[in-house]
Amino acid sequence: MMSAVALQMSCVAALLAAAALAIVLSRSRNAAGVVYGMTMTISVVATAAAMNWLIRGAPETSALVLPVGLPWLGAHFRLDNLASFFLVVVNFGGAAASLYGLGYGHHETEPHRVLPFFPAFLAGMNLVILADDAFSFLLCWEFMSLASWALVLAHHREPGNATAGYVYLVMASFGTLALLLAFGLLAGPAGDYGFAAIRAAQHAPGAVGLVLILMLLGAGSKAGLVPLHVWLPLAHPAAPSHVSALMSGVMTKVAIYGFIRVIFDLLGQPAWWMSVIVLFLGAVTAMMGILYAMMEQDLKRLLAYSTIENVGVIFVGLGLALGFQANGMRLAAALALTAALFHVLNHSLFKSLLFFGAGAVLTSTGERNMDKLGGLIHRMPKTSFAALVGCVAISALPPFNGFVSEWLMFQAVLQSPDLPQWALKIMVPAVGAALALAAALAAACFVKAYGVTFLGRPRSAPADAAGEVDRYSLAAMFVLAGLCLFTGILPGLVIDALSPVCIDILGGRMPIQVNEAWLSIVPIADSRSSYNGLLVMVFITICASSAAFFIHRFASRALRRGPAWGCGFSDPVPAAQYSGESFAQPIRRVFGTLAFHARDHVEMPPPGDVRPARLRIELHDLIWERGYRPIAGAVAFSAGWLNRLQFLTIRRYLSLVFATLVTLLLVLAIWS
Amino acid sequence: MVVISDIMVQGAQMLLVLLLAPLLTGFVRKVKARLVRREGASVFQPYRDLLRLMRKEVVLADNASWLFRVTPYVTFAAIWVAAALVPTFATGLLFNWTADLIAIVALLGSARFFLALAGMDVGTSFGGIGSSREVMIAALAEPAMLLMVFCLALVAGSTQLSTVANVLASSYVGLRVSLGMALIALIMVALAENGRIPIDNPATHLELTMVHEAMVLEYSGRHLAMIEFGAFLKLLLYISLIACVFMPWKIAVFGSGLVAYAVGAGAYVVKLVVAGFLLALFETATAKMRVFRIPQFLGAALMLGLLGTLLLFVSRSF
Repeated sequence: MMSAVALQMSCVAALLAAAALAIVLSRSRNAAGVVYGMTMTISVVATAAAMNWLIRGAPETSALVLPVGLPWLGAHFRLDNLASFFLVVVNFGGAAASLYGLGYGHHETEPHRVLPFFPAFLAGMNLVILADDAFSFLLCWEFMSLASWALVLAHHREPGNATAGYVYLVMASFGTLALLLAFGLLAGPAGDYGFAAIRAAQHAPGAVGLVLILMLLGAGSKAGLVPLHVWLPLAHPAAPSHVSALMSGVMTKVAIYGFIRVIFDLLGQPAWWMSVIVLFLGAVTAMMGILYAMMEQDLKRLLAYSTIENVGVIFVGLGLALGFQANGMRLAAALALTAALFHVLNHSLFKSLLFFGAGAVLTSTGERNMDKLGGLIHRMPKTSFAALVGCVAISALPPFNGFVSEWLMFQAVLQSPDLPQWALKIMVPAVGAALALAAALAAACFVKAYGVTFLGRPRSAPADAAGEVDRYSLAAMFVLAGLCLFTGILPGLVIDALSPVCIDILGGRMPIQVNEAWLSIVPIADSRSSYNGLLVMVFITICASSAAFFIHRFASRALRRGPAWGCGFSDPVPAAQYSGESFAQPIRRVFGTLAFHARDHVEMPPPGDVRPARLRIELHDLIWERGYRPIAGAVAFSAGWLNRLQFLTIRRYLSLVFATLVTLLLVLAIWS
Repeated sequence: MVVISDIMVQGAQMLLVLLLAPLLTGFVRKVKARLVRREGASVFQPYRDLLRLMRKEVVLADNASWLFRVTPYVTFAAIWVAAALVPTFATGLLFNWTADLIAIVALLGSARFFLALAGMDVGTSFGGIGSSREVMIAALAEPAMLLMVFCLALVAGSTQLSTVANVLASSYVGLRVSLGMALIALIMVALAENGRIPIDNPATHLELTMVHEAMVLEYSGRHLAMIEFGAFLKLLLYISLIACVFMPWKIAVFGSGLVAYAVGAGAYVVKLVVAGFLLALFETATAKMRVFRIPQFLGAALMLGLLGTLLLFVSRSF
């Protein structure tokens, strides 16, 4: 009998073998089918194994040491409940993406640029989660980053993709640097890089603070925390759509795993001020992410920005859990952590679904700009139904899953009056308001995304000629849509499956949910709050169908089709419909003037002039313009200045060498 | 036997809101007409309107999809379920625990989400303008509403409406600054959510000034009836919510017998009459504001909610 971690590691090995096979096969015609079929099978096995481990909820762990890596350390791998939850998320996302890829992959023009890296990327994410020493963790993290970077550059000749790859590479290197420093601090002067040793060691308060900041920089930049998010909306959409789904839905979760592993698990008992930082960053990320998404017209970039919002929501949950845990409120901490982890699962489901939908639209029309789409609900009815489920779920509306994690998050916020620290007491309700605002804006954003893309009349010829996509893509979307509903109406099962993770990390758990009457969820006590997604769905279905039945039976079922009512002026061209930009206009006026320095310029020709009037919208990405551009400018300036050193005579080089030598010797003399 | 009577009380509640909702709107319209010295239509006019609309054929735009046809029923059902979960004459009904106040707010959000999508379905500019303004108003109203919920939950220690009503009905809560702020915030949100003056004018038919009416411009016949009915129910829901939380007098506790139920129902009707009269009075006395003044109005509601919550964090006795 193979141990659990060995099973997971053999899945990883199989994935790597699939990657090697893909290199050999990649130019043959059936390569996509073989590779995606293999990755799907392996991922399903790995998901089942991890889920089995998680549901058993055993307190023990399963470890494995491989004789590779640092000679005195070896490579440690370990499976515990936290790791197995994230393995479920990663491998399920991988299985869904592979299923989608079975159909979508046939449209790939350069399959040899995608196929080898896809299994390797999955293997990298699995390894990060299984790693049990800092060296393996960082190595696997880099492997994951580079594999995804190669996938981002799969279509490197398309405009903008090269820049996206470059920015991604710079930010990924920066993130790894921060992680490297964080692990250096954790290992201490003794330099034991095993996680077990780090967990056992005592960490000085100053070091703890630095580690938190470095983890926020390192894991936060990978997850997309504002203001380190700039690479994400460039890189995620540049990849093929099933890879975008993996990057947005799954890789950001691996970053969150890294954060949880270090901050909650390795650092030991947290201090309360840590939660202030995490809460603040989470709330800002959630609000800015969704405002960016609202302003976006490119379907895949909109989804990438919405990922940033969801990462913010997850970090708010983690921040709450830190605050409660620091004050010994184990039940509340378990509630907040469960909400965050539940949202991790939910986001991986609906964001993959939505990226698949965007990919289907892209295959069918060749268009990502929603202002060139429209009317797809008539031409792609199945895709648009699945996408509708995704949009409802991500907008946190009952009875779907997005609402449950949002609801748990609010329940956790309501536990905050018992916190002793004033900073937290004042901060938490404000963060709750920010979460509510982000949720409401998310609903607005997805009304826009769905309404402009799928509803209305087609705005371009390709949108008019669109057709339904292949059955593999549809199957992947419908599986995810079904799970969005399933976890929404039976959230108790997920909460119970998460409780071993909470026990491992926090030492507390939420009450058992499966025994509640009617399968409700009750986070604290009956009298405080409860929610039953199943009954809500049943009630809505009964009410809607009985209303429809009574009216059709007893009143009227007559129906006539006619032209739309244009109030006396029927607009003949579809371009006159509301577009994404016009839909966002009220919200741009309300929030955009502050967040983006948005201005509308109307150029109205004088009377008698027959030129058309023009509306120009001015938006500024302040984080990019005020933060990154000056840094890039400074780097370019100093590089230009240093460039002079390149063209010196041999005499000057020799004198430079001599001056350096003398300076170093002087330093050494003064030092000792 | 107990379960059957429970289900009957719950069913009575669901039918009660359904039957009273058009009457409330009719009453508000009548009072508004009388206040400007018009005769006004009968208070039963909304029932007649609904019946007439239901019997008419539906004229559907050529481009309308299945979503457009399903939306009226989905929104109506979501609002009806939400309305049935707000205690009217008695607390602790059988299914009260199905959804707490946060879930009720989210259910209304679902209804609005589908209605806004339907506004964009036909592809006319009026639908788009209505939808985009509706989601802007919602984006501001929802956080304000949730802060009001936080405020209540801190006082009552629960987001469960029955518990909240029971706690607030008990004498020890008394008058509180935070609850006053929450009440004002809730009233402002209710005005916005129901599209009443000063946010939107339910009686206008000038396309560019309307929000809700522009969004549903393409609807006709039984679909329009469902949407109108949903709007009536939503007004009733908000008034019931204000009544059960801030005026919980004489509300029957579950299982307290027929007499208590009858008293509760009577008190409920009186509360509706008073609230409806005040709404009509307020709407007659104020003018509609420009669309881009709405953020200031709702921002004030948000700040009141936040201030009330913060006061409670400072001390539970505010």
